[in-house]
Amino acid sequence: MSTLMLYLAALIALCISFFKNRNKTKEGIKKGWKAFERILPQFFGVILLVGIMLAYLNTEVIGLMIGDQSGWYGVLLASLVGAITLIPGFIAFPTASLLLQNGAGLTQIAAFISSLMMVGVMTLPVETIYFGKKVAFLRNLSAYLFSLLVALIIGLVVVVK
Amino acid sequence: MKRNNKKGIKRYIFPMIILALYGVIFLLNYTAFQRAVKTTVYGMKEMLLIIPPIFVLLGLLDVWVPREVLTKYMGPGSGLKGIGISFLIGSAAAGPLYGAFPVASVLMKKGASFFNILVFLGAWSTTKIPMFLFELKALGVPFALTRLAVNIPGIIILAKLISSFLKKEEIEGLYKKAEENVF
Repeated sequence: MSTLMLYLAALIALCISFFKNRNKTKEGIKKGWKAFERILPQFFGVILLVGIMLAYLNTEVIGLMIGDQSGWYGVLLASLVGAITLIPGFIAFPTASLLLQNGAGLTQIAAFISSLMMVGVMTLPVETIYFGKKVAFLRNLSAYLFSLLVALIIGLVVVVK
Repeated sequence: MKRNNKKGIKRYIFPMIILALYGVIFLLNYTAFQRAVKTTVYGMKEMLLIIPPIFVLLGLLDVWVPREVLTKYMGPGSGLKGIGISFLIGSAAAGPLYGAFPVASVLMKKGASFFNILVFLGAWSTTKIPMFLFELKALGVPFALTRLAVNIPGIIILAKLISSFLKKEEIEGLYKKAEENVF
């Protein structure tokens, strides 16, 4: 649905732009295409890398790693798996829900979800191109530590039914 | 021209290395290779579906939105308004995190402050509205709401923290880079 809205927004913007000024529209599309083309190899690299990663790290393996583990070891492992992998949300959330039903701890799941969303080890090659090594490193490291804190708070606040 | 050519080949080193890894996996473990290809095909589809409209919008934004306007809303001194707008754009976004970086680059080029850029990246990564709805359904209201309540101040604090670790020249360097890049 959000994809549809994105296309709708792009289409509406294009139409308005086209009626207002054709040349500017052309220039805009050209700029967009150039930027896309420039980063495309990095995007391909990241997607290929994610393919390999998920071939070895599927739901069962993740479940084994954080399923019946408890304490900080499981939380650390869950957060590391989340930091390294890149799984789209509509797969990640149902998976997390399934893991929870199969006995994984809430803190572990929170660590996994939080670092999965905020930390992107796989996308570092793209992030470094735009922001350089230092910012990419600082952003990911602080996001990683923060996701541990989020997990801790969720473990304390949210009660499992 | 010469420099461009060299850059042109260099850009493909990273995907080439990974592609070579696929060759190795093909020889060692064919089932893992098949699984990897399946995920890759899915990822390519996702990228080719979501990224083009983002870049169209970015191109149009680059051409149409004057620097002064964006600086007013997201620039240094835009205060709470700037934080709010950064959250809004990031949360309304669709697509994986790697799509956020070119958007951030255009916003920088147009004068958004670095602090707001970091807020925007934080929002894109973790408070996206479609994702939040997914989370509500899969993990329940207390889980999703607690995470959101911690994330919103967390993103702001992290943005402040990261900017405080950077020297003024380093941030200026990043802006220069954003200016030189196509995006």
